[in-house]
Amino acid sequence: MKKFYLISVILIALLVLCGCSKSSAGSYTVKIGVFEPQSGDNGAGGKQEVIGIQYANSIRPTVKIAGKEYKVVLDIQDNQSSTDKAVSAAQQLVADKCSIVLGSYGSGVSIAAGSYFKDAKIPAIGVSCTNAAVTAGNDYYFRVCFLDPFQGSVMANFAREECKAEKAYVLSMLGDDYTVGLAKNFVSSFKALGGTVVADETFVEGTSDFSSYLQNAKDFGADVIFAPSATTYAALIIEQASTKGLSIPILAGDTWESSVISDAQNGKNIKVYCSTFFDENDKSGIASQFVNGFKSYLNSNATAKTNNGGNDIVAAVSALGFDAYNLACDVIEKAGSTDGKVLRDALAAYSGDSFVTGAISFDANGDAKKNTAYIKQAVNGAFSFVKVQSAR
Amino acid sequence: MDFFAKWFPYFLSGVSVGGQYALIAIGYTMVYGILRLINFAHGDIFMAAGIMMIYLTGVFPVWLSIVFVILLTVLLGFAVERVAYKPLRQAPRMSVMISAIGVSYLIQNTVAYLTGGLTKQYVEIGWISDVVTVMGASTKRVTLITPILTLVLVVLLVFLINHTKIGMGMRAVSKDFETSLLMGIKINRIISATFIIGSFLAAVGSVLYFTNYTGVTYTSGAMPGLKAFVAAVFGGIGSVPGAVVGAFIIGICETLLKGMGLTAFSDAFTFALLIVILVVKPTGLFGEKLTEKV
Repeated sequence: MKKFYLISVILIALLVLCGCSKSSAGSYTVKIGVFEPQSGDNGAGGKQEVIGIQYANSIRPTVKIAGKEYKVVLDIQDNQSSTDKAVSAAQQLVADKCSIVLGSYGSGVSIAAGSYFKDAKIPAIGVSCTNAAVTAGNDYYFRVCFLDPFQGSVMANFAREECKAEKAYVLSMLGDDYTVGLAKNFVSSFKALGGTVVADETFVEGTSDFSSYLQNAKDFGADVIFAPSATTYAALIIEQASTKGLSIPILAGDTWESSVISDAQNGKNIKVYCSTFFDENDKSGIASQFVNGFKSYLNSNATAKTNNGGNDIVAAVSALGFDAYNLACDVIEKAGSTDGKVLRDALAAYSGDSFVTGAISFDANGDAKKNTAYIKQAVNGAFSFVKVQSAR
Repeated sequence: MDFFAKWFPYFLSGVSVGGQYALIAIGYTMVYGILRLINFAHGDIFMAAGIMMIYLTGVFPVWLSIVFVILLTVLLGFAVERVAYKPLRQAPRMSVMISAIGVSYLIQNTVAYLTGGLTKQYVEIGWISDVVTVMGASTKRVTLITPILTLVLVVLLVFLINHTKIGMGMRAVSKDFETSLLMGIKINRIISATFIIGSFLAAVGSVLYFTNYTGVTYTSGAMPGLKAFVAAVFGGIGSVPGAVVGAFIIGICETLLKGMGLTAFSDAFTFALLIVILVVKPTGLFGEKLTEKV
């Protein structure tokens, strides 16, 4: 029994000490939540997005609120790319009393978490969640990227104009908000542009054999395949399409702009295109400044480089993460407060153009107003810029 | 001819998928036959073999890595049995099953931790990953090798079970655990041998499977494991030839259904089949009739 008392006294002492060190060290801090997948199907992309945020944090570690310097603390929670884990990650962020939340990569998790942020009155800035339902009906969810309807129609335009495609084969993952939404919008735009969609098929989570799907595409005589999906499946699709000897281009949305895809395509005679938010070789002042800074950050930080897929290629999602962080800091400074309600109003009224992926201002839904996307092609282990595509 | 040209590619990939399920299914069915235990960790041992291959090829040449992968996987299967199942030999069967689920998640999460939860690209194994064209359908050579290798391994295994001393031990243990113990059969040795054979086949299966489907992530073993389990039940759990036949039927049906355009339905079909078999013929296609002794 004596031992028990001794241990409890030590434990209590430790607790008190911890508490002290916390309050004495932090002069003024403001917490920014990062709600991103660090594992699971979208882990690769989520990590790249977080590196963008961490880089932004490293060059802008403090914000000024009412003349006082506040240190920005990043609270990173892994939503594991899954809608059920997303809820507990969101609850953790709410419990940690974050002032503002950034994320996520992938729409399903953002939709699942949206109501928790809304109820806690914490404004959230979606980084690359492109499904319309993320911000719809949620006053507290904003986003800095374009939307699926737009992305779907951009790719449909690209398929018609550049690939001269008449027949398209569409493949999406059953029950995944991002891919199903994108596929639906591609189908309607492609039809509106005079093309035929020969089949609109789905696969279930965990599928690894895509040869039957690709055989279907071949049998239908499709000119182009539109297959937005998580990178895990994308790598398998590309690999098996190459084995099948398919020569038609494969198109997808922004998730495919990842080193996983360029590695999968590397050395294969297959055309892979994706739409994205940002072009690395954009020479306009602020973007090239970001690209140079980010590259040297990656090369000086081994963990960040590993998380980026082991190279220093700048992914669009990293740029979006960078922008989202800066937007959050701008808004906190502008509002002069860390109160959720005040920050939300400041975000809704925000308009600024010092961003890597273009000017940001929001419409009534909280979506950034964007009208162009960049098309990139995976060639020899990297992405090369093809064209700026706008949707008709 | 047209009919043949349309369906042959689907059939081909079905046979290949079936062969891969078969190699995993044998592991399930043998362990069940002897211990009456559904070894839930089996699919994850299969996945772990895939991950080991990726890391080993960073150090050793490919062919040597395959040998190491097989050895390490066998060791893993052996260790799992010794650590997680053997101490529970006298415990209720439910405890062992829970322990198996624990091992399954332990392996998954360890791999998730090591890989950072990201998909790793499987290595290209020279000759077997070359693309070949068979009657107008182009595919990897491994697709053709898989069913042949599976059948060869099954014939060897059946021979081992029916004509060797250890095989006789296995048959005895699966008939009656206690009596064979009384007859002086070294049960632990027999059970270890079963796990070693199962893990060996899972390792071979993983090399074939991941050469075809080149991404390995920590959940990669879950779906093939589940399908193989269904195949084992379908063929009559406890029966090796049954598991193989079941695996081929499931593999071929799945790809043919996808070819008919019922893509979203193909997995539902597999599990519907499981339910139907359990209702109509609970012992499966080749299952032995259980006579309850009083």
